[in-house]
Amino acid sequence: MRNAFCDSLVKHAGRPDFVFLTGDLGFSALEPLQRAAGDRFINAGIAEQNMVSVAAGLARQGLKPWAYSIAPFIYARPLEQIRNDVCLHDLPVTLVGNGGGYAYGVMGGTHHAIEDYGVLLSLQHLRVYVPAFGADVAAMVALLLEQQHPAYLRLGRDEKPAEVEVPAYAPWRRILGGRGATLLGAGPVIGGLLGPLQQLPEATRPRTWVVTELPIEPGTIPEPFLRDVRDSGHLVVVEEHVAHGGVAEMLGRALLLAGAGPRRLSHLCATGYRSGLYGSQKFHRAESGLTIADVLKVLE
Amino acid sequence: MDAFEQLILKTKRRLLQMHFESGVGHIGGNLSCLDALMVLYHRVLTPADVFVLSKGHSAGSLYSVLWSQGRLSDDDLKQFHRDQTRLSGHPPPSGIREITFATGSLGHGLPLAAGVALGKQLKQEAGRVFCLTSDGEWQEGSNWEALIFAVHRRLESLVVMVDANGLQGFGTTREVASLHSLKEKFDAFGMPVEEVDGHDVGALERAWGSGARGPRAIIARTEKGRGVSFMRNKMEWHYLPMNEAQYRQAIAELEAVPGDPAP
Repeated sequence: MRNAFCDSLVKHAGRPDFVFLTGDLGFSALEPLQRAAGDRFINAGIAEQNMVSVAAGLARQGLKPWAYSIAPFIYARPLEQIRNDVCLHDLPVTLVGNGGGYAYGVMGGTHHAIEDYGVLLSLQHLRVYVPAFGADVAAMVALLLEQQHPAYLRLGRDEKPAEVEVPAYAPWRRILGGRGATLLGAGPVIGGLLGPLQQLPEATRPRTWVVTELPIEPGTIPEPFLRDVRDSGHLVVVEEHVAHGGVAEMLGRALLLAGAGPRRLSHLCATGYRSGLYGSQKFHRAESGLTIADVLKVLE
Repeated sequence: MDAFEQLILKTKRRLLQMHFESGVGHIGGNLSCLDALMVLYHRVLTPADVFVLSKGHSAGSLYSVLWSQGRLSDDDLKQFHRDQTRLSGHPPPSGIREITFATGSLGHGLPLAAGVALGKQLKQEAGRVFCLTSDGEWQEGSNWEALIFAVHRRLESLVVMVDANGLQGFGTTREVASLHSLKEKFDAFGMPVEEVDGHDVGALERAWGSGARGPRAIIARTEKGRGVSFMRNKMEWHYLPMNEAQYRQAIAELEAVPGDPAP
């Protein structure tokens, strides 16, 4: 997704309001953007607090800054700068975190972002964009270029098998039909599940949805999704994020407020580091119960 | 005493009146920087310039200075620190055109000012960017990040002044976490720096308004509680509100008599 992100921005780097800041990251990925943006590509050094405040200052001057780093370094280190300087002033700064969830794998817990959108969505005005598939990135960049509020873009790695076709970009999409439970996924983790889910017989195949823009608020959930939840009676939420502040919490609240809560809720989410051991993204997903086997188990 | 110095005294009295009527402290640090803000707003700032108050706990001073220019009214100041006010205890994010950023958590103003200066540089816009920090807030790491950035990016429009009153929340800056020589540190970071008497109107005007290319720093040597004998260099006036007797005495000390030396 990082390359798709870079390619998308390159196309818009000539806009008069364009400016891109990186916290010294993007080697072997962002060079095309660096060439295209010229003096509007700024390596702000290893100083994320300053980078975010500088982005707020740039936005005050009428520019539309993007501030990029590895996900934990862009949302956690400068959290007060995001809160006070960007969100309190409702400035159009887009924070870009590469490697949401456990994407940085065996690099270790310092490089993971399993609580990023829960934390950020507690702030004023900010919206979160979590592409599920590679093709979502260009659509989101186009949206982000036009929006006027703080935003966080959580990048991962496209995991969708080429043979699975998905509808054109929308914040809520029904990816697979079926007569089983209703499954809602957030982020690229859903992509890797689609192949096996597609193979299930229609009677047990989950009505599979993906949501890419957060928060989920009452009144914004599409009627066909509500109908699927109502008809199936079993909602399964899959996300590479901790339970607290995650999609299941947001969605559960919204559904309960709407009087549309499901009879049964299953939540597959990041659970941290229970064994105290480290490994690949696949290893951490397995430890958290985020594999296809875990999904099939709750669908039984 | 010239008319401008009389206006400064009048503004100091108005500041004290506002804090007294609202029962609000933070007076010491307001009095240490009021001279610098008066000079900046009345003698230096142009419409193309931007000012960021990093020491947000001196919001009272900023409000009073805006009052001295007729940009805030007596009615506005009466609402200071009350319910349904635009004038919160620290500068608000919106509602007052002249206030660029909500500040109050220290170590934010200089990075924000650097962003504004970078924006001016990229857009080739005119105007300077002024920032006032406290001295204690140079214990915040984000200021050093911003200093490296400002010097490295050659943010020519950026001018930062340090209100060096030597006192912070729970002691003197020297006792709490001494920075030793801040001037030497600016020098070492490649930031041109000068020291001025932060209560000398002429020196302040020369320092703020110098045409020298930025980024540059000014260390203004100031006194917390300047102008009020019982507040002068007393840490407790970082926090305390005045009782009526103290208010009366403070006002009396700040009554200007033409020809008298400043109290």
